[in-house]
Amino acid sequence: MATQYLAANRFGLGRRFDDPAIDDPKAWLTRQIGDYDPAPAALAGLAGRDAIAAAYVEYQGERQAMRREAADMPMNAEEKGMDPELRRMLRSAIRRHYVDASAARLSAAVATSTPFPERLVHFWANHFAVSADKQTVVGFAGNYENEAIRPHVMGKFSDLLISAAHHPAMLLYLDQAQSFGPDSPFATRVRNRGKRQAPGLNENLAREILELHTLGVRTGYTQSDVTAFAKALTGLTVAGLGRGAGQRLMPADARPGETVFIDRLHQPGAQTILGKRYDDAGARQAEAVLRDLAVHPATAKHIAAKLARHFTGDEPPAGLVDRLSADFLKTGGDLRSLYRTLIASPEPWAATPAMFKSPWDWTVSMLRALKAPALGERQNIAAMFTQLGQPVWRPGSPAGYDDKVATWAGSAALMQRVELASRIAGRIGDRADARVLAPLVLADALTPETRQAIARADSPGQGIAMLFASPAFLRR
Amino acid sequence: MILSRRSIILSGITVAAAGTLPRFAYAAAGTPKRLVFIIQRGAADGLAIVAPTGDPAFAAARRTLADETAGGAKLGGMFTLHPALATTAGLYTGKQAHFAHAVATGYRDRSHFDGQNMLEGGGSRPYGRDTGWVGRLLTLLPAAERDAIAIAPAVPLALRGTVQVGTYAPSRLPQADADLIARLTALYQDDPLLHPLWDSAVKTQELASDIGGNNGRNGADLGKLAASLMLPADGARVMMIETGGWDTHSGQRGRLAAQLRGLDQLVGALQTGLGPAWKDTLVIVATEFGRTVEVNGTGGTDHGTASTAMLLGGGLNEGGRVSADWPGLGTAARYEGRDLKPTRSLESVIAGAVAHHYAIDPKRVMKTLYPDT
Repeated sequence: MATQYLAANRFGLGRRFDDPAIDDPKAWLTRQIGDYDPAPAALAGLAGRDAIAAAYVEYQGERQAMRREAADMPMNAEEKGMDPELRRMLRSAIRRHYVDASAARLSAAVATSTPFPERLVHFWANHFAVSADKQTVVGFAGNYENEAIRPHVMGKFSDLLISAAHHPAMLLYLDQAQSFGPDSPFATRVRNRGKRQAPGLNENLAREILELHTLGVRTGYTQSDVTAFAKALTGLTVAGLGRGAGQRLMPADARPGETVFIDRLHQPGAQTILGKRYDDAGARQAEAVLRDLAVHPATAKHIAAKLARHFTGDEPPAGLVDRLSADFLKTGGDLRSLYRTLIASPEPWAATPAMFKSPWDWTVSMLRALKAPALGERQNIAAMFTQLGQPVWRPGSPAGYDDKVATWAGSAALMQRVELASRIAGRIGDRADARVLAPLVLADALTPETRQAIARADSPGQGIAMLFASPAFLRR
Repeated sequence: MILSRRSIILSGITVAAAGTLPRFAYAAAGTPKRLVFIIQRGAADGLAIVAPTGDPAFAAARRTLADETAGGAKLGGMFTLHPALATTAGLYTGKQAHFAHAVATGYRDRSHFDGQNMLEGGGSRPYGRDTGWVGRLLTLLPAAERDAIAIAPAVPLALRGTVQVGTYAPSRLPQADADLIARLTALYQDDPLLHPLWDSAVKTQELASDIGGNNGRNGADLGKLAASLMLPADGARVMMIETGGWDTHSGQRGRLAAQLRGLDQLVGALQTGLGPAWKDTLVIVATEFGRTVEVNGTGGTDHGTASTAMLLGGGLNEGGRVSADWPGLGTAARYEGRDLKPTRSLESVIAGAVAHHYAIDPKRVMKTLYPDT
């Protein structure tokens, strides 16, 4: 059994060139649970929520000013709207936050001495996915992972869930920032004036929390559960960035980009969800629902199955799913206990079935293996992962990236990996020796075939490309 | 869109994208000397490139490959040039090609990695030097002749040293070369997931990036690009070109012919592209070691020792000659009973050619390029 390889690759992000050998794989992984640092140095220089929000405020302000101007004076069609140059500039300020955060995420993953928790950060960020194809998410996506996900991956699932659901990236992505109680004081006032259509409910966040984040699809909740939950969530919005009339109700001291609860937007009254009545307690109403959802047996099963799949393969063994699910229920969603049970279980330590590394995992493991910098100074990290088919924080759907072998194992994708490996090998040349690296990074999974293929390579560079394209290196 | 090297070259980079090529800032060249080092990575078979068809043991040892050079140019009574090297044969006739045979670096084992390190670094043992012989040569040249570039994504060891060297890689994601693809095909053979994926990936991939592909035209494109980087008044004066695909363990006949066709067209395009500057250009073609005298069981040859090196250009000292202290191919004459025995050091061949080309004292050149000898 290739336990060193599995510890480093299935549970971790690949062995670093300077990592000591993993003598006791299970102890090595368990230790990382305690050693986890939620704020690694690589992320220290990133802009905070205020600065990101400021970029949006500026962008929106310019856009509105242009619209007003356009309304005041008749203009040619091509002069309407915002000056394209200005728009590009402001957009690029927003995009810079995304590009910087993507590069920092990669640096953190390559540098980390706790690769198992780092993998879990990536796992949970994908579970609670936001997608940067929505303009309002682009700037905040990195901040979301770093501030909403990282602090809670070693805590309770309920805290992770609440944290994710309250971050502006999630509120903007799933339209919660524009969802208002139909009978809220604000909506009622607008309706009574009769001037325009009253603002109303948007069910998007409520539905995705039930379907994707907690219970799972087709687990018995109904449309009325979704609607009631959506009503409970009303009042929760983002200061300074959301569209619509609600912005006028923001408290004077709210900073743009801050998550706020505004009573006048909240649907009054009790809500019944999954047969349980939740009295109206303002912001606490939705939080009570989230806490109950977080420990629901269906949630336990859903999380157990996703985690088991991530660490075994497409069809997670039922025994493992049941064990994780039981652990989750017993501890009320204590994630550390869940990880310990995972490590102690036999199923993830079986060589087959194996997962195919995602482009992210594969690239990270290449960079960890090499001492010399493998990418150019000016390499755009975000663009590289887009090219490899896995743009950072942009899965395109709230379901996140699918976690199956077939998601990543395609023929064109494989050729692209070989090309990138080839390019990196070209940059590295003889500054790394694949014959030395192979036993280090593939450890007890290095096959005689791969060893021989590398030894017979016609150049040091070709040897490195062969190592990174070898069957064991492509998998985890 | 991913631009392959091929699509860039074919779209006319020599003209259209000249503005994006690396610039070299200095006024005028002191002398117009140019040097090109073409490395053959993978151990090129000197016994098939300049075949000793006159050696009595040749035909028996080479068996099925004995007629590999049939139809090639006769180089005196002893040697036949591989027929794929038609342009090179023309250069030989015009005294612009010289072949040094039975040469090898000081390296006597058979690892590509170590052998290339010795060939490039110029040390007396693998990994003994962290700068290269070309890099050290630059320190001997006048400032105006030091501008060096590698057509590679990173500076190869041979060019490393105290003088800053440029690199030029024509594509963001270069296509994997045919040899790497062939090796991965073998590695994935028994993998139920990767085998079919790779099979279909390879079928849809146009193999175009190595010099042997596309009936030699890739080599011509590379030569054209190289000339365009070296021709301008402010262009590069020293260049290294990397070629792979010489490790012909199996199916040598077709593969080597394709490789040599590419190399031949590369040289031809370089000569054409440099025009009048060709007469002041020296091209050195060398490999890390040679291949076995005997053919193996798969129509190829295995790692050996001595090979042949080519010197090409308009101002050679001894053009139109094969120089060799020929050791013979009989079993007893071979190195360890299997390889062509090295009778002359490749280092001295390179140093001698360079000293003549730049008119620098040979002893000084030797000491700088190969300080350990």
